[in-house]
Amino acid sequence: MDLLLSVLEQGMIYAIMGLGVYITYKILDFPDLTVDGSFPLGAAIGAAMISRGMNPLASVFAALAAGAAVGMCTGIIHVKFKVRDLLAGIIMMTALYTVHIRIAGRANLPIYGRSTIFDNDLVNGIFQGGFSRYKTVVIVLIVMLISKYVLDWYMSTKSGFMLRAVGDNETIVTSMGVDKGTVKILGLAISNALVTMSGCIFAQQQRYYDASMGPGTVVIGLASVIIGTSLFKKVTVWRVTTSVIFGSIIYKACVAIAIKLGLPSTDLKMITAVLFLIILILSMERRRKRTDGTDLYYDDGSGDDPAGMKDTAVGKGDGADA
Amino acid sequence: MLELKHIYKTYNPGTVNEHVLFKNFNLQIDNGEFVTVVGSNGSGKTSLLNVICGSIPIDAGQVIIGGKDISDEKEFVRHRRIGRVFQDPSKGTCPSMNIIENLSIADNKGRKYGLSRGLNKARIDYYRDILADLDLGLENQMDSPVGSLSGGQRQAVALLMATLQPIEFLILDEHTAALDPKTAEIIMKLTDDIVREKKVTTIMVTHNLRYAVDYGERLIMMHQGNSILDKKGEDKEQMSIDDLLSIFNEISIECGN
Repeated sequence: MDLLLSVLEQGMIYAIMGLGVYITYKILDFPDLTVDGSFPLGAAIGAAMISRGMNPLASVFAALAAGAAVGMCTGIIHVKFKVRDLLAGIIMMTALYTVHIRIAGRANLPIYGRSTIFDNDLVNGIFQGGFSRYKTVVIVLIVMLISKYVLDWYMSTKSGFMLRAVGDNETIVTSMGVDKGTVKILGLAISNALVTMSGCIFAQQQRYYDASMGPGTVVIGLASVIIGTSLFKKVTVWRVTTSVIFGSIIYKACVAIAIKLGLPSTDLKMITAVLFLIILILSMERRRKRTDGTDLYYDDGSGDDPAGMKDTAVGKGDGADA
Repeated sequence: MLELKHIYKTYNPGTVNEHVLFKNFNLQIDNGEFVTVVGSNGSGKTSLLNVICGSIPIDAGQVIIGGKDISDEKEFVRHRRIGRVFQDPSKGTCPSMNIIENLSIADNKGRKYGLSRGLNKARIDYYRDILADLDLGLENQMDSPVGSLSGGQRQAVALLMATLQPIEFLILDEHTAALDPKTAEIIMKLTDDIVREKKVTTIMVTHNLRYAVDYGERLIMMHQGNSILDKKGEDKEQMSIDDLLSIFNEISIECGN
């Protein structure tokens, strides 16, 4: 039961990050490695603010804003300075390593005994006695659902349509008289805002920040997106965002089982990498998004059709302006 | 009126591949004119369109619309008054979005893409009507992603999208070249109908000499960055495919082909 709860808690926290990765990887067609820096950035902001006795909820909003700013930086590096997408992310990821350690003041910052969004007077008043073990999972569920529904709503707006269009076919965005660079920057900002928020919530659930939280985050995010979208590609009753959430929970469950089977937790990154590889092989998703329209927001189909595929990851790096 | 004044454009300057395309190129197109442009590969047809649309930078010269110099306007700003259809049907539509979503995007051109609802539900009946007019069966597939349509169907949707909102210029870049002859015919017919109905200034680059002769009221032949033939009105009416072909052959001989 405790294992299930912990899988659900972490799976849903990571699902928020997965939604961010979904925006960049699936919608923008932008492999954004900034995530490895923005996730621990959120954790550092959460831990730093809470350890100074600030409001834990305020730290979530601070993380959200910081993440948006970070995403904008990645976007500006890519769009304005025409640095290819992968490199723009790597630059930001590397720079952020310093930033989040600076914010936390050191490489590891525990916040035991402090009040968090999961552990404060209000929450403890609502969840009393036997229910108190469920408080974290319920709060995570609420935050995750809010994130999901706000994202779903945004994707159905005109601005959201432009975001979908820019990953689909940049030319059409220009044709509509809209600056495609701005749309990409906006997409990266929303994505990283979600990732950073997720990091902040994760730190509050784990009750510490650690600089080593970062590396591998993007792999977990991609794994969630790919598990979700390939496992549930035939499911049309819910949106892809829901599939991503289930993908994240399934992924966390796989990792939990691997550890339960006796693998030491120091092997976590290896488990992460191997699981990701297995998922990629099983889902056949080894190349970039195609232009033939089988890659959808509402109904994600992912058959293998090399003929209709865009160039591989190395080929299409210009992005910004041709 | 659209004016190109003293346009200079060199590709790959300073390299072994340096290629001077436009050297003091000038062109005037009146409002409401339907111009067809022909020419061999590399003659500067598509570059001409790219210069007008701002898709490539020019080395010198001016692009003037209605007396206003727009040479410094960015590509996306210029497109607020330009509709463009490309040779590749996938360039004019969003493949993962359905027909209604695509048309809704196009219907909002010129306005802000903000946080109001993306789908234009009030216009769905109108979309159904214009799709039904195409006679391609698209009115029954409005929920299908455009990527699952055939090239001809996609190009038809692209053409509708380009002209859904009022535009000053319609730029057609060999937009029938990738289609089978029958579909090309349908799209060309549709193009002509739209141009007549909307009275939009149109520039159509084509390799199909018959289209160049049959459609439009002005014909330009490009060669090595110059317009070597420019016929309007009655002069154009009298042009035949054979006339065009013979000029093509002359050029080819000059070039040593």
